[in-house]
Amino acid sequence: MKIIVDQDKCVASGQCVTAADTVFDQRDEDGIVVLLTDNPSPELAADVHQAAAVCPALAIVVED
Amino acid sequence: MSTLIIGASAAGLATLESLRRHNYDAPITLLGAEPDLPYDRPPLSKHYLATTNPHPALRPEQHLANLNATFHLGDPAVALDAARRTVHTASGRTLTADNIVITTGLTPRKLPNQQPLTGVHVLRTLADATALREDLLARSAGDITTDGPRVVVVGDGVLGGEVAATARGLGCEVVLVGPQRGVLWGQLGEVVSGLLGEVHGAAGVELRLGTAVGGLTAVGGRVSGVELVGGEQLAAEVVVVALGAAPATEWLQGSGLKVADGVVCDEWCRAGEGIWAAGDVARWWHGGLNRLLRLENRTNASEQAAVVAANIAGQPTKYEPIPYFWTDQFTTKIQVHGIPAADAEVTVAEGSIDERRFVAHYRKDGRIVAVLGWNMPKQTRLHRKHLLPA
Repeated sequence: MKIIVDQDKCVASGQCVTAADTVFDQRDEDGIVVLLTDNPSPELAADVHQAAAVCPALAIVVED
Repeated sequence: MSTLIIGASAAGLATLESLRRHNYDAPITLLGAEPDLPYDRPPLSKHYLATTNPHPALRPEQHLANLNATFHLGDPAVALDAARRTVHTASGRTLTADNIVITTGLTPRKLPNQQPLTGVHVLRTLADATALREDLLARSAGDITTDGPRVVVVGDGVLGGEVAATARGLGCEVVLVGPQRGVLWGQLGEVVSGLLGEVHGAAGVELRLGTAVGGLTAVGGRVSGVELVGGEQLAAEVVVVALGAAPATEWLQGSGLKVADGVVCDEWCRAGEGIWAAGDVARWWHGGLNRLLRLENRTNASEQAAVVAANIAGQPTKYEPIPYFWTDQFTTKIQVHGIPAADAEVTVAEGSIDERRFVAHYRKDGRIVAVLGWNMPKQTRLHRKHLLPA
């Protein structure tokens, strides 16, 4: 699993962190997404896909 | 166990994607009223309107192809027989499926007796946004002789505020007219609405609030302005009517489904046997709040669609979200978790109003019902925990 985030598209909703808080975080100053790991362990796959699905800016792409 | 999804926007496409993620391998058909490939709506009042950006596709075309579904676009549904789970379309198709998912969204409201006039716009679809953008970007065409066109935005909700901000950012002269005491007053109350009004005022938007619009004026089929109740006229080359929207349910008359301000659903988002609804059009029983609720926001489209897909795929799931919406107006980002109310008690929990960077709690009957962030996204999300069920 590989994760790509687009910080230019990100609208800082933080929905990804709510879905998978060991993989995604937000910058303190403006809330833009920060990727904590781009290749998380397989048991997090469902959470990561949920994060990509609920991102309102379509800023997360997951490649299995 | 085939599935037919009626509506090819965020909720419809998310239903399709979620079904495939659940390894649902039966045939899926997606029927869309508009001719465009599925696109995202929030940019239509923001980036897309401000620039010549291309079509804000929800997904790349190759990704859509990989979903292994049949797309019928540009063909609106015109009737449903719920008992037979059969849909008739404008082009004459008859489609039947084991599961039908209704994701037809909203239809924008217009002024009473609004006639078709050049220069008057609503904003819901990509075509609407493209037409409005052409008018806003017109600098010296025809009778438009100012730097930018004079724009009157009729409506003081989220969409009206965003369109006013974007148009002003393009150099238009902008007047925002609405019946409320402030922009978003009814949703966010005096404190935040007041701050938002200051943002618009400082940027040069003229606010004419607490004012009802009587009608439009026109010269030769082109709008020339807006007439307020009381007779005052505001000259305009472009008028945007942003008076909210109604669930797109006209096609469900006679279907056998219960329709009352949306498609009425149970806590699993089920409207009838094998019939489901998601997104702006769905009014479902929120078990946590113990009432029917309908949400018009982007995140609800994805989240409710995921629940409908889980239910169709055999994983019964109730839908009990903490609602979330955001709005960007000029450089201000407002984010709201929960359900705020104009009469709630508002206290600043973090940051400060003076710095225009804060998180506020909305309380009713001593309980926090919403958390609002003003240019403070991460911290706002951290306050969301106050809204979780005990």
